[in-house]
Amino acid sequence: MSKSLEADVKKICKACGNDRTRMMDIVRSVQEQCGCVSGEAMDLIAREVSCHRVEVESVVSFYAFLSTRPKGKVVIRLCDDVIDEMKGSDQVAAALKTELGIDFGETTADGAITLEHTPCIGMCDQAPAAMVNDEVVTYLSGDAARSMVRSLREHMDPKKLVGRFGDGNNGHDLVRSMVHNNIRQSGEVVLAPLAEGAALKNALAMSPAEVIRDVKTARLRGRGGAGFPTGMKWEFTRNAPGTQRYVLCNADEGEPGTFKDRVILTERPDVLIEGMTIAGYAIGSDTGVLYLRAEYAYLRSFLEQALHDRRNKGLLGKDICGKKGFNFDIRIQMGAGAYICGEETSLISSVEGLRGDPKNRPPFPAQKGLHQCPTTVNNVETFCCVSRILEKGPGWFAQMGSKGSPGTKVLSISGDCHRPGVYEVPFGIKLSDVLKLCGAEDAAAVQVGGPSGTMVSPAEFGRTICYDDLATGGSVMVFGPKRNLLKVVRKFLEFFIEESCGYCTPCRVGNVLLLERLNRILDGRGEPSDLPYLERLGQTIKTAARCGLGQTSPNPVLTTLKSFRSAYESLVKEAPDGLQPSFDIGAALGDAKTITGRESVHF
Amino acid sequence: MAKAKVATTSLCGCFGCHMSLLDIDDRILKLVELVDFNKSPINDIKEFTERCTVGLIEGGCCNEENVRVLRDFRKHCDILISVGDCATMGGIPAMRNTIPLKECLDEAYLNGPTVHNPSGQIPNDPEIPLLLNRVYPCHEVVKIDYHLPGCPPSADTLWEALVALLTDKPVALPYELIKYD
Repeated sequence: MSKSLEADVKKICKACGNDRTRMMDIVRSVQEQCGCVSGEAMDLIAREVSCHRVEVESVVSFYAFLSTRPKGKVVIRLCDDVIDEMKGSDQVAAALKTELGIDFGETTADGAITLEHTPCIGMCDQAPAAMVNDEVVTYLSGDAARSMVRSLREHMDPKKLVGRFGDGNNGHDLVRSMVHNNIRQSGEVVLAPLAEGAALKNALAMSPAEVIRDVKTARLRGRGGAGFPTGMKWEFTRNAPGTQRYVLCNADEGEPGTFKDRVILTERPDVLIEGMTIAGYAIGSDTGVLYLRAEYAYLRSFLEQALHDRRNKGLLGKDICGKKGFNFDIRIQMGAGAYICGEETSLISSVEGLRGDPKNRPPFPAQKGLHQCPTTVNNVETFCCVSRILEKGPGWFAQMGSKGSPGTKVLSISGDCHRPGVYEVPFGIKLSDVLKLCGAEDAAAVQVGGPSGTMVSPAEFGRTICYDDLATGGSVMVFGPKRNLLKVVRKFLEFFIEESCGYCTPCRVGNVLLLERLNRILDGRGEPSDLPYLERLGQTIKTAARCGLGQTSPNPVLTTLKSFRSAYESLVKEAPDGLQPSFDIGAALGDAKTITGRESVHF
Repeated sequence: MAKAKVATTSLCGCFGCHMSLLDIDDRILKLVELVDFNKSPINDIKEFTERCTVGLIEGGCCNEENVRVLRDFRKHCDILISVGDCATMGGIPAMRNTIPLKECLDEAYLNGPTVHNPSGQIPNDPEIPLLLNRVYPCHEVVKIDYHLPGCPPSADTLWEALVALLTDKPVALPYELIKYD
């Protein structure tokens, strides 16, 4: 047993060049092959790549998809985000529990199946959904879950769970997935087809500086949500001192409610890869890394093939398109289940083979990023826009959309609407028009930009989707009149608490305090002074947190306090006599009454 | 002007904060000119006899009697001050908060390495107030107006704060009085 483990680990480490910066790949392989990364395995890895055991353990303990104890041969991860809950994931959960005879977090006695929860897996348009190992199952119901478990028990092969393939490339030989694209509206920028190499050839006919100039002229801004001007980022990266530079693509689409990158990766991988190649040319880099979230592992072989095809066609690799000296290649780095890795400095940590902790900024990645080298990190959609800009010209791109936000935006719309799915819309579109498109005219609230974004009330549906008003990485969640918004907020907070890396106190502790106080209000024990308390605490977290996660995690509370204050006010009441309504003397004495068998003399 | 009425109590504390109050030395004579003590262990008055301006609370709440006394203070005092770390955040007694009550009692009366308890009984006289499931800082039980941290807050801290409050001046505690390392 131990001998074979040693041989396995040695082989895996060797395949990664005994390189500790490839730790993510090493521990993922060990997890896959051995069912877990045991203490023994960690010791062996540390020995093979010449690092301390704690460095291995810090990685293994950080990511949700890695474990130190053996899991079942099949791991069912049921998505428990708010949209899935609205679509009935509770019934699915109950069905899974009874059918398997175990609770979440447990493994069946025969060691076959493990049941877990996982945050948003990017399938909100076909919720409830779950991952069964790397396979994605969608549109679940109680019955579907039961029959899924029964057939798993028979063959233990997640692949066989897929009945009918989804549309488009979901049916591709290398994908073979039941996921649906649900493309409801294509635009001309991201989801339109691209003649292979057309943009790249245009780019290579120019100097790198001219390419950057074009991206700047197009006024392209980052599609991840923050909206930093891409051309400027590239210029900083190009001008930063150093010989090695990197292009990173952030395909760690983890913001709950976002799934547009999933569709782009499935249907337009060439547009993305071409954009990355152009970035490599523009900033003077020969290495790109596509950081793919673990939840999209089912797309990996397909993407590898896309890269391979382009290498064969001379669109990737050495002397690209015959341009002497322009070499650029891309490798795929798999994540392992950590929302925080969508934050660019955490993503860099992860690619370096470390825990996904954010890094201090400055220095910004453009100066010192991956392995301390100048690095540009861009969103999947941003690279696609680059391809189109180089294909059709910056003028063509800049005339679309709104003044401060040119181009189009791919939205992922889910929740209480008739047509959930992916919509490519021009920037500057009114939220009310978006709601009309997706069939959600009766929406009572819309969360734009995912949990870290803004909860918008009907009175504000005239606001527009753009960087200067409602910025979004793509997530649009619709909530109908029957939803309890405060419970949605609670769900979001629970998500942030789970996903906080724990490095800085404002985020690690502050969010828990926010949740405690919110729960108090939801339990009917809140009082008016709780509202300013939430506002003060939320502001403190935003100001003092170290990275984007903590700087935005209070947003669900803060934006609903602004737009839906009456929802809070209706639940709180002034406490009489200066007592704290949150203190429940009966509950506080419960244990003692049981232990002593006495009743209270005072209460 | 009539003298302000002050009440004090020690809930789940060690009386260290009260000792610190006595540490104001000769200023106690000035204090007597400034205030009258009502319910307080200092004068051994057991129950409130009139409404008070200020209540000083030492210690958090670990049992039902603490809660009763604290609520009584809230009822009879205009201003309540949590004095010291136990009152403001539970302090040392709150170290039990992560351990279930039953385990705490078992360790204290049955299993602890220094326990000598041949009868194997855990004290359970009806006179003994029931313990709470955990130790609560005072502001989680009633509204508290001011917090004076420190273990204990020094005599000077207590003096400065109390005098400022009673003479209607802003509490401006110098750095030396609120640093704890």
